[in-house]
Amino acid sequence: MNPSPEAIPTGAAAAKEGAALDLADVRKAYGAREALRGVTLAVRRGEFVALLGPNGAGKSTLFQLLTGLFNADSGRLAVCGHDIRKAPVAALAHLGVVFQQSTLDLDLGVAANLSFHAALHGLGGARARDRVADALARLGLTERARDPVRELSGGNRRKVELARALVHEPAVLLMDEATVGLDPASRRQLLDEVLALRARGVAVLWATHLVDEAEAADRVIVLHRGQILAEGRPQELAERAGTATLADAFLQMTGGSERSD
Amino acid sequence: MRLSHAWFALQAITGREIAKFVRQGGRFASALVRPLLWLVVFAAGFQNVFGVSIIPPYDTYIPYQVYIVPGLLGMVLLFNGMQSSLAMVYDREMGMMRLLLTAPLPRWYLLFAKLLAGTLLSVLQAYVFLVIAWLFGVEVPWMGWLTALPVIVLAGMMLGALGLLLSVQVRQLENFAGTMNFVIFPMFFVSPALYPLWKLEESGAAIVHAVAQWNPFTHAVEAIRFALYGQLAASSLAIVVGCLAVFFTLAVRGYDPQRGMLRRAGGKPA
Repeated sequence: MNPSPEAIPTGAAAAKEGAALDLADVRKAYGAREALRGVTLAVRRGEFVALLGPNGAGKSTLFQLLTGLFNADSGRLAVCGHDIRKAPVAALAHLGVVFQQSTLDLDLGVAANLSFHAALHGLGGARARDRVADALARLGLTERARDPVRELSGGNRRKVELARALVHEPAVLLMDEATVGLDPASRRQLLDEVLALRARGVAVLWATHLVDEAEAADRVIVLHRGQILAEGRPQELAERAGTATLADAFLQMTGGSERSD
Repeated sequence: MRLSHAWFALQAITGREIAKFVRQGGRFASALVRPLLWLVVFAAGFQNVFGVSIIPPYDTYIPYQVYIVPGLLGMVLLFNGMQSSLAMVYDREMGMMRLLLTAPLPRWYLLFAKLLAGTLLSVLQAYVFLVIAWLFGVEVPWMGWLTALPVIVLAGMMLGALGLLLSVQVRQLENFAGTMNFVIFPMFFVSPALYPLWKLEESGAAIVHAVAQWNPFTHAVEAIRFALYGQLAASSLAIVVGCLAVFFTLAVRGYDPQRGMLRRAGGKPA
């Protein structure tokens, strides 16, 4: 139940190097239910960290705190050194988010959805047009720029959301179970797109309950019942657990128990 | 908050509201047909039942159709204010609200931009209704079209802010119809929209009369009525502005992550 002793030093080391995303002892309870019980983690620039946990582990709660939708009961959350509670506007400016639930306006065109987002981030005129065009080009969506989102496949809609999250060139990208509902090919494609962002120095926190996605990560953080159980490179975690694969290690750690909430 | 940032965001939010409104042709039609039915059918049937004596701001006997124009303008603003809040609830269920609330702008400003966008639609509809009323031969002084504008804007904002506040309380779309019945109809009927309040007093409905005095919609209608005739209903206008401030402040509190609806939603994605 307790976080493994190795977990904290790794996070602290990342923090020292000026982590893009930095969480220290974050706690959150809903009434009697403790959703997060002291979570400490950090993500460096150019690092892809998978937040691996079964359903109900507290991943969604963590993302709600990170996006300023709720406040933590205690602890500190900082994006590029900006405390999400004390300086939410500065923190949010450095944050790109792809939510689990789609937040596209289906009746608007692809580019129009991105322009709306650009404006909310203070980009207008030619600058916004350039950024939107770049973001669409990067994800191979230029041809679809004028199509209403409604006409796009699930995989392409997710790509539009990724493009949108990158329009304002955030330092930190949050992906909240972004591949839910996608077919394997689209899933892989989205993951590859995000992995490629490392080269541009983007810090990525990728929440998932799928072990194969976590295997691609630089570092895996296993979250279970609101606590970090383990943290390290995928292979490391398997070695430490004495299992052949990360999947086995994950099952062993979380007891294979999934809670319905 | 840079000024250009605030401006781009306001433009985008307003643009989206207008685009949505244009797509929903039926909404525009029903927004106009509703008051028009009252004006053409109800007023025609009732004009001899109600004898409207000379009361300020009117300086002569007026037909009943002329009397109810300010009330129907108020109705247009009231319905659109509630429609906008319905859109907020819908956006929250669809997740669009999350996108908006994670924009790097102060939350009060995002809500204010929403309020302004909704008010813009309210005011446009109010003036289209005035044009239609004029086509039906129900006239208000031409100067009134101008002098009423600031009051219509403020009343529209006040009722929009009330809608925002309701959107904090109403968490599910399916509860919305009920709320409408409990808000729109009492507000509309217990007000001077359809008959002067002294009629209530005269007929001994003292309680209803007293309640009407506490109804913000009453003051919205009266402020518009006087403004249409180039007069200032100072106390009514002050009450409208006061209610706007109170409703908006409470709505902003409601959308605060530390208090309000998000907290009460208990961990469900907003």
